[in-house]
Amino acid sequence: MGFPPEIILEAVLNGLLTGAVYGLVALGLTLVYGVLHIINFAHGALLTAAMYAAYVARASFGVDPYVAALPLAALFFGVGYLVQRLVIGPASRGKDENILLVTLGLSIIIENLMLAVFRSDTRSIDVPYAMEVIEFGPALLSYPRVIGFGATILVGIALFVLMRFTATGKAIRAVAKERTGAALVGIDVAHIYAVTFGIGTACLAISAALLLPSFYVSPRVGNAFVLVAFTIVVLGGMGSVVGALVGGLVIGVVESLSGLYLGESLGQIGIFLIFILVLLVRPTGLFGARA
Amino acid sequence: MTGRDLLPIAAFALIAACVPLFVTSNVVLNFLVFTLIIALAAQGWNLLGGYGGQYSFGHAAFFGTGAYLTAILQVRFGMNAYPAFAAGIALAALVGLAIGFMAFRSGLRGSYFALVTLAFAEVFRVLANASEVTGGAAGILIRLRADPLNFQFAERGTFLWVAAALVTLALVATLALERSRLGAQLVAVRENEAAAQALGVDVLAVKLRAIVLSAGMTGAAGGLYAQYFLYLDAQIAYGTWISVEALLAPIVGGAGTVFGPVLGAVILHGLAEATKTIAGRIPGIDLVVFGIVLILVVRFPPRDIPGLLKRWRR
Amino acid sequence: MTGTGADPAFLAVRGITKRFGGLIAVNDATLDVAEGSITGLIGPNGAGKTTLFAVVAGFETPTSGLVMLEGEDITGRRPHHLARMGLARTFQIVQPFAGLSVRENIAVGAFLRESRRAAALAVAEEVAARVGLTDQLDKPAAALTVAGRKRLEVARALATRPKLLLLDEVLAGLNPSEVRDIVPVVRAIRDSGVTVLMIEHVMQAVMNLCERVHVLAQGRIICSGTPAEVVAAPQVIEAYLGHGAAARLQGGAHA
Repeated sequence: MGFPPEIILEAVLNGLLTGAVYGLVALGLTLVYGVLHIINFAHGALLTAAMYAAYVARASFGVDPYVAALPLAALFFGVGYLVQRLVIGPASRGKDENILLVTLGLSIIIENLMLAVFRSDTRSIDVPYAMEVIEFGPALLSYPRVIGFGATILVGIALFVLMRFTATGKAIRAVAKERTGAALVGIDVAHIYAVTFGIGTACLAISAALLLPSFYVSPRVGNAFVLVAFTIVVLGGMGSVVGALVGGLVIGVVESLSGLYLGESLGQIGIFLIFILVLLVRPTGLFGARA
Repeated sequence: MTGRDLLPIAAFALIAACVPLFVTSNVVLNFLVFTLIIALAAQGWNLLGGYGGQYSFGHAAFFGTGAYLTAILQVRFGMNAYPAFAAGIALAALVGLAIGFMAFRSGLRGSYFALVTLAFAEVFRVLANASEVTGGAAGILIRLRADPLNFQFAERGTFLWVAAALVTLALVATLALERSRLGAQLVAVRENEAAAQALGVDVLAVKLRAIVLSAGMTGAAGGLYAQYFLYLDAQIAYGTWISVEALLAPIVGGAGTVFGPVLGAVILHGLAEATKTIAGRIPGIDLVVFGIVLILVVRFPPRDIPGLLKRWRR
Repeated sequence: MTGTGADPAFLAVRGITKRFGGLIAVNDATLDVAEGSITGLIGPNGAGKTTLFAVVAGFETPTSGLVMLEGEDITGRRPHHLARMGLARTFQIVQPFAGLSVRENIAVGAFLRESRRAAALAVAEEVAARVGLTDQLDKPAAALTVAGRKRLEVARALATRPKLLLLDEVLAGLNPSEVRDIVPVVRAIRDSGVTVLMIEHVMQAVMNLCERVHVLAQGRIICSGTPAEVVAAPQVIEAYLGHGAAARLQGGAHA
């Protein structure tokens, strides 16, 4: 294969950087699965909504996405909390198929509301640093991606601290492990579910802010990420936080390399095939224990 | 099956057959044909999802395969439309068998089955978008030669008859399945796999038969779509829209019932038209309504509505 | 105990061991069931009875050992295959097809031998009469009482026309009068030519019904014999009541 090693190295490094943000997208998904035991099909659509929010912040109010990241995270925590509390929770009535359908319904609604408001145009924002690069040995790395990588690590650490050392984190872990027991000792399970969903959605808002400078947004952009995120989650093991981050890096590299060798349009195939293979061969993922 | 069981289906066929005699508006006929195509695709989903409880999120894989093969055999190989249509159905069924074999053998159920079917459909979409035989991103056009010998009809009303006939056939097939051993075993698998096994049901074989029938029927809808619109691209044939349509109609109209998919397709597309009339041509607004209806139907299952009303009146 | 090979027993379980990770649920269990008999399998909670049933019925593959039906090795065969060979089971935790009527539930079993719906429904009615469910045929299965669900479990299994019926605690959770009603049903099943192996805690019914009883404790068969012999055996009393209990009771059976 006729690529010089620098090009391959650069592809791998850029893949790792993008993969970190994928990992952050997947983190929200895996967290929700780990605690609520539901697969949230609305994850991609919520990401789209967050990206539009970051877009509007920049295009209408001139706020840099990196500045908007934290306020957006707070806003989307609220959105996620309410969606779980008011829509998914009551409608699911504990049945797996119902959750599947309700989150699918949510994704249809969000996606098409975006289409109705913003039309199908592809939009991107104009920030001065979008095209800047950082030299890293022989490779040139895109500045927004390096920021994204760093921010993902920060969010990962923050989540770790939250889960390990705060009362809410302990309650979340208790609910994840043993819902009935947690309820018996007085934990409000519905509240914890909603908080977890909120945290997952807040992760999306940060991902959106990190993605926007180097990516575009359209009403269906979430679809591009949602299967990638599912692949990462399945690869890393449903519910495994470490698995999501490592899986993100792996998928980032796979995508980058298959894009290099197969071209942009077929590049996605690699990810889907990994997804299908993992589901068929080892649905518990590389880091997961639960079937 | 007795004559009395077939009566509602005969009534449906009769009403559908009379429509072209009274309706001449092309817009209305277009709407009806499209709704019938969706109903056929949805009936396919219903066999596996409604009766078998295996929720596919990727019936586009079968719809698109039926559609593309029907078109490709005519355009690239000069085959007549009817054998091309039949081949499309057969290949869709085969794709169903392959996907089903891989997924069910690995024991994928519930959300995992939904995910893997979705992924397969996406793989097909990406491939169709990049491959030459499908016309790639430009799509594929079937030449207009309005002649019944080409499975093309000068009058939309005639096509409505054809679509209605196929839906009628699908209704009869579904009723036959419901009354058969396979149907009973399929429902048993949906309700409780372990208990079904204990009663001698070969769960894998039953699921495979169901997905083959399901894929073939949805593939037929795809072939019909190709013959009616005479144009396909990857987003039309393998896009998530058709997976969602195929699933939504039975869920709304009643999954695991003979008339559920037809009823659901009519309700949903009736609502979509009404919304467009009221709200104007805002893109996506009809789908927003679909999403809301889906959540409402899950939240308040229609079979519970009489009970809810009673409670409310008290 | 007889050796392996050409085994005269109708159902022969030979040295079955089943491990789940580090836990040994069944440990080298060997037992016979004679054709046309009602045989009991008793033992304290957690003894491994249900696991042993699951192995015999093909729901679990044993770690080692053999299961033979009429001299044929059936170890590790899939449940639906065994059902076709004439081995049916009920579940301790009843597993009705909740969305279906009683009639449709039983018909699923009947479809194993009947390919036509009308025939399967006819078998369902006939079987329902045998277990006393005729009045409930058109009820949704979810609406049945506990006793009704237990009858439904038996009816569905019977509808597959088994040679050997494994009953897993069909009397558990029933009140004394309901137990009294089902005992003759089980006996009538045997009288119609079906061999029965039953896990049971209700000793009154075991004493009443079973010709032979095997006692499983901590995964091992610790005693086999007639009901009277088994309840008098010191190792059985100790298994139920703890070490030293036999001496204190001086052989008095108590259950």
